[in-house]
This record gives sequence, C-alpha cells and structure tokens, in this order.
Amino acid sequence: MNDTIDITVNGQRRAVSRGVTLLELLGSLELDPRAVVVEHNRTIVRRPALGDVRMAPGDAVELVHFVGGG
Amino acid sequence: MNPMATAVDTLRDTPFTIGGRTFHSRLMVGTGKYRDNDTMVRAIEASGAEIVTVAVRRVDLDRTRATGILYHLDPKHHFLLANTAGCATAEDAVRYARLAREAGFNEFVKLEVIGDQETLLPDVQGLLQATKILVQDGFRVLAYTNEDLVTALRLEDAGCAAVMPLASPIGSGLGLLNPYSVRTIKRRLHVPVVVDAGVGTASDACVTMEQGVDGILMNTALAAAHDPVAMAHAMRLAVEAGRTAYLAGRMPRREVAVPSSPLEGMLD
Repeated sequence: MNDTIDITVNGQRRAVSRGVTLLELLGSLELDPRAVVVEHNRTIVRRPALGDVRMAPGDAVELVHFVGGG
Repeated sequence: MNPMATAVDTLRDTPFTIGGRTFHSRLMVGTGKYRDNDTMVRAIEASGAEIVTVAVRRVDLDRTRATGILYHLDPKHHFLLANTAGCATAEDAVRYARLAREAGFNEFVKLEVIGDQETLLPDVQGLLQATKILVQDGFRVLAYTNEDLVTALRLEDAGCAAVMPLASPIGSGLGLLNPYSVRTIKRRLHVPVVVDAGVGTASDACVTMEQGVDGILMNTALAAAHDPVAMAHAMRLAVEAGRTAYLAGRMPRREVAVPSSPLEGMLD
C-alpha cells in the first residue's frame, strides 16, 4: 500500500503511484499535455514544468480545456 | 489598417479595434448549446464572425477525448475569446481567466461575474474587483455588465478594453430592452461598447447596431434557432444593415405625416 497515494483529479479521488509527476499522470489519463491546462493545488503548472512536479498525498489537480460557451 | 469598407462607397467606417487589436467583423458569436459541432462550425462560418467565445471547463476524464472545442474549431481562423461564465465571485473569475490565458492563445478575456443565478445578472462589485486584478495582470478585459451607465464608467476607469452591456438577460432572446441606456453608455465611454446577450432575432441585432454600439456578441440566438446556419447568415446581414444605417444617420421621427409627393400640380 505504501507505493500508492490518494490525490484528487478534477474532483475525483484517484490512487496514483507515489512520486508520479504531472506529466506521467497526464500520460496515464491519455491526455495530450498540449490540449489541457494543469492546475496543481491552485497553482498553474506550465507545460515545461509538468515533468518536475511530483504528486504528494492529498494533492488536488485540475485539468481543464476549452468547451463551447457564450 | 484601412477603415472598414461598407457596402456603400461614400461611407467609411472606423476600424473595429479592441485592446489594440483590429477585427474584421462586428459580430461575435458563442459556441455553446449547438445541437452538434458540425452545425456550430457552419453557423460560425455563415456569421462571418472572427471573434468566437469559449468556456473553460474540466476535461471529462471518463468519456471521449472529443469534448474539447478545439477539435472542431481552428484557432488559426478564429480569435478565441475565453469567458469566465459560471463564475460567481471575483476570485473564481480571476482563476478561470488565468487558466484560459495559459492555453496560450491571447490575453483577452470576456469577464463574467454572475450575481444571481435566476437572471444571470452581473455582480458589479465582483466585476470591478476582478477587472482591476486582471488588468493589473496584463489581461485585456471585456466585461459583461448590465445597462447601467455608472457601472460602465467604473469599468472603463478600471481599465476594461471593452464594456459589454446586455440587451436583455442571457439566453432570453428578448432583444434590446433599453436602447436609451445603451446609447448613453456608448456616448459616454471611450472604449468600445459591445452589446452582449439577449438578442433573439435579426431585427434585434439590427436595432442594437443602429444605436451606434461597436459590436454584438450572441450565442443562443444562433444555437437555438430552428436553422442556426440560416440565422447566422441573417445576423451577419442585420449587423451590417444596422451599422450602415447608424452611419447613414436616420431621418428625424415626426408625429404627423409629411407627404413624399409634391402638392403642386394636382388636378382640379
């Protein structure tokens, strides 16, 4: 159990490997880093830094993109 | 850039410029609520709009990858104007605006801070607060507001690139309820005034443009029309007609008849 931690992604709880990076998280979700904007604990993480930010227990990640709107 | 051409050679319109950027169409359209993406794309094309609005939302992790609007809309051919729709506080609106900017298209944002969920009327205090933060942060803010002159003046003072008074509530299709207020706002502000929300059909768009405002943003009028593509075409013509009529200068209203044919030369 020690090698997984719980984080929140888009409001849903998810178990991920301890120390996984945001870039790896996007990969596991089959998301193209160029097609989403990433917020980690309320701070925007730019694309080049996605591989540097590692997940800690309880972290909150938001993955957003543009949808239709007025 | 040359002045915008109109259908009539004698009329020369001023360029439609917001936040230092000039656009070729005074009609802006939203991308929400279409029955399908193909209809949306064809309606936008028929509208001739350059600026199209988009919303920022969570990626749907459980379903298909195709919910993103950029799978259907080419950002090279359209100017993407992100909105902060759904935000009820200045803090949320600032957060959404920053996320939108990070997508990397431009520094423009259509700022909405909603104060009441039934009417979707703006929270003007939150709007001003968010405007100040975003302007400080380098954004070009287009603020959705009501038709209140004093709020519009405060928004201009706060550094908005454009002020966007409503014609009537969002999605209502009631048309321009208060042309006098909107005209006053246009007369008093220096930044562009773009009417946002409430236009229902082509005549509404035409009457709105006849007030002299710089542009119109609409979404539901197209998306909820029986034939969105045909309505988009009608709106394109209406915006051009209204703008041209404004530039032409309408005749004065009179309460009595004035004959158009000569009184002389009538038979005994």
